[in-house]
Amino acid sequence: MHLKYESQLREPLVYGDKTYAQVTEDIVRPIEAKPTRLWYVGFYIAVALLMFGVYSVYREVTYGIGEWNLNKTVGWGWDITNFVWWVGIGHAGTLISAILLLFRQGWRTGVNRAAEAMTIFAVMCAGQFPIFHMGRVWMAFFVMPYPNTRGPLWVNFNSPLLWDVFAISTYFTVSLLFWYSGLIPDFATVRDRAFTKLRKRLYGIASFGWTGSTKHWQRHESLSLVLAGLSTPLVLSVHTIVSFDFATSVIPGWHTTIFPPYFVAGAIFSGFAMVQTLMIIVRKVFQMEDYVTIGHIEAMNKVIVLTGSIVGIAYLTELFMGWYSQNKYEGYTFWYSRAYLFSPYGWSYWGMMACNVLSPQIFWFRKMRRNVFVTFFMSVIVNIGMWFERFVIIVTSLYRDYLPSSWSVYYSPTIWEIGFYAGTFGLFFTCFFLFAKYFPVIAIAEIKYVLKTTGEGYKGKMGAIEEQKLEDFVHDHAHAH
Amino acid sequence: MAKKKFVVGCFNDEAVLFPAVKKVRTAGYKIHDVYTPFAVHGLDHAMGLRETSLHTAGFIYGITGTTTAISCISWIFTKDWPLNIGGKPHFALPAWIPIMFELTVLFAAVGMVLTFLYLCQLAPFVKKHHFHARATDDLFVMAIECTDATNVDDLRAFLANNGAVETDYQIAEDGWWIGRYDKEEMPFESKQIVAA
Repeated sequence: MHLKYESQLREPLVYGDKTYAQVTEDIVRPIEAKPTRLWYVGFYIAVALLMFGVYSVYREVTYGIGEWNLNKTVGWGWDITNFVWWVGIGHAGTLISAILLLFRQGWRTGVNRAAEAMTIFAVMCAGQFPIFHMGRVWMAFFVMPYPNTRGPLWVNFNSPLLWDVFAISTYFTVSLLFWYSGLIPDFATVRDRAFTKLRKRLYGIASFGWTGSTKHWQRHESLSLVLAGLSTPLVLSVHTIVSFDFATSVIPGWHTTIFPPYFVAGAIFSGFAMVQTLMIIVRKVFQMEDYVTIGHIEAMNKVIVLTGSIVGIAYLTELFMGWYSQNKYEGYTFWYSRAYLFSPYGWSYWGMMACNVLSPQIFWFRKMRRNVFVTFFMSVIVNIGMWFERFVIIVTSLYRDYLPSSWSVYYSPTIWEIGFYAGTFGLFFTCFFLFAKYFPVIAIAEIKYVLKTTGEGYKGKMGAIEEQKLEDFVHDHAHAH
Repeated sequence: MAKKKFVVGCFNDEAVLFPAVKKVRTAGYKIHDVYTPFAVHGLDHAMGLRETSLHTAGFIYGITGTTTAISCISWIFTKDWPLNIGGKPHFALPAWIPIMFELTVLFAAVGMVLTFLYLCQLAPFVKKHHFHARATDDLFVMAIECTDATNVDDLRAFLANNGAVETDYQIAEDGWWIGRYDKEEMPFESKQIVAA
């Protein structure tokens, strides 16, 4: 038996003097209670948005890509902007559950379950865009390499677009497995205290017959650790590969070597912002302030200010290189199409700068990091900024290409492009509302594991230990092994 | 499957559980299993379980993925359908690294999860005997397999003396079967719905 000790200087991760049973009770209660009116309102709005999206996609599939305002030079518009935006958001979950697990950041336990769920839903939304952008979506399976009767005609393994197919599908699969393997014990907890037949039956199926056997836990720990080890480079690879979609091209503004780290930092930045948006709502609605504490919010805000600043450095580096390279095309893209406020899309560049670089600097102040309202507001601002970033990268590089005669008219989306985007919001929030209602939104078993080290009630007792004399401490805690 | 006899001791604190595990083992009883609500570190060693080799399996699945990617892509691009892409080499290894990496991770993750489920005999619709419903909530439940020589009352008293808050004697199936959880008794049936 190891002594569970953690310095009192560290904030507790679980507030209140909780027992294991109370942890179960607090987290499972929302599943067992009837959904509130607010939940229904939110859920129906999400479903309505989803329906609008389905209709927009229906029009696009029926009448073709012409339903969107893509034109001669702007071949990627809102669709790919939204794709990259959603994929970026999908980075926080696995980062929290994998990288923070390897770095032994205890605070991940409060938010990892919801963040992973968010990741999975965000990647589902992201996947829609390249698939429907194909136009003839019924041929989407052509991207899979398999022996076929068309030659066989193989996909181009040297193309970053194909790497993307592999990266996104692997990321989705691995995140889903990681998430679900963590859910199995918690489903068993819900199952074993269920008091309705239906719940007992459904959670019985979902929990795969989990008993909590020591051997199973041992394997489960090993599985989580290796999946975390695998997911860590995976997270970094996914947005790196998404950035290759741009960086390996010859479009001014795209073919820069800083894209991979710049995109990964941006992805973590926007992902954490989305986690903040969701967790601030969840902790309030489900009264889970004891588990998702101000300390958690502060920790995530620190990540936001760090990654936001990395992104800021990347923007400035690009501008510098646009001048320093003395390449006319680069210079035109960066200094006219983007940074010149009165160029057609200058507003989007400065919107991006304001949202992503300037506003997160507020988190250098501890008071602001620990303010729930400021955090919520900033999390929304950051995601607006990150949407602008992708829009700036894609549209300002494309709308004026090498040949002035093909310079396009001002690109703005049609209602069906907007509808598709709104539809993915619908999909995301429909899934998230269902998740919040039917799944344990906090990893119950993991909270119990850290409870006696970092719970407020248990930490209080650490003070006595800290003041003990060394001899007394050894006397009290040494056993023959 | 044959039914077996078990004496069950429930503990409410892992600090009490560890010495109890040690005493039960020294007394010569065979611990069938200890069911815990979360992963209690060191309990596997205390019970004398060997380390899992799941990570080794993961490594093997991983290199299988790498090999699959490199062999398939190189066969396709050099033998089956060599494409001339700007006169560049057919065997373009650097460009294949992303897919090789992704397949490594994919194979390792999928393989390990399936192996985990197989080893633990976990699957949808699977039903197992649960010695105590609170084993997934707040109790650490030790099940000791009885032999013909076991005196059940003595053993229960022994467990109680070593800190078990509850002891029990159960005759139960050992393995798993296809079953439904809503058919068994409902210990929480009388519980009131708590409004959120």
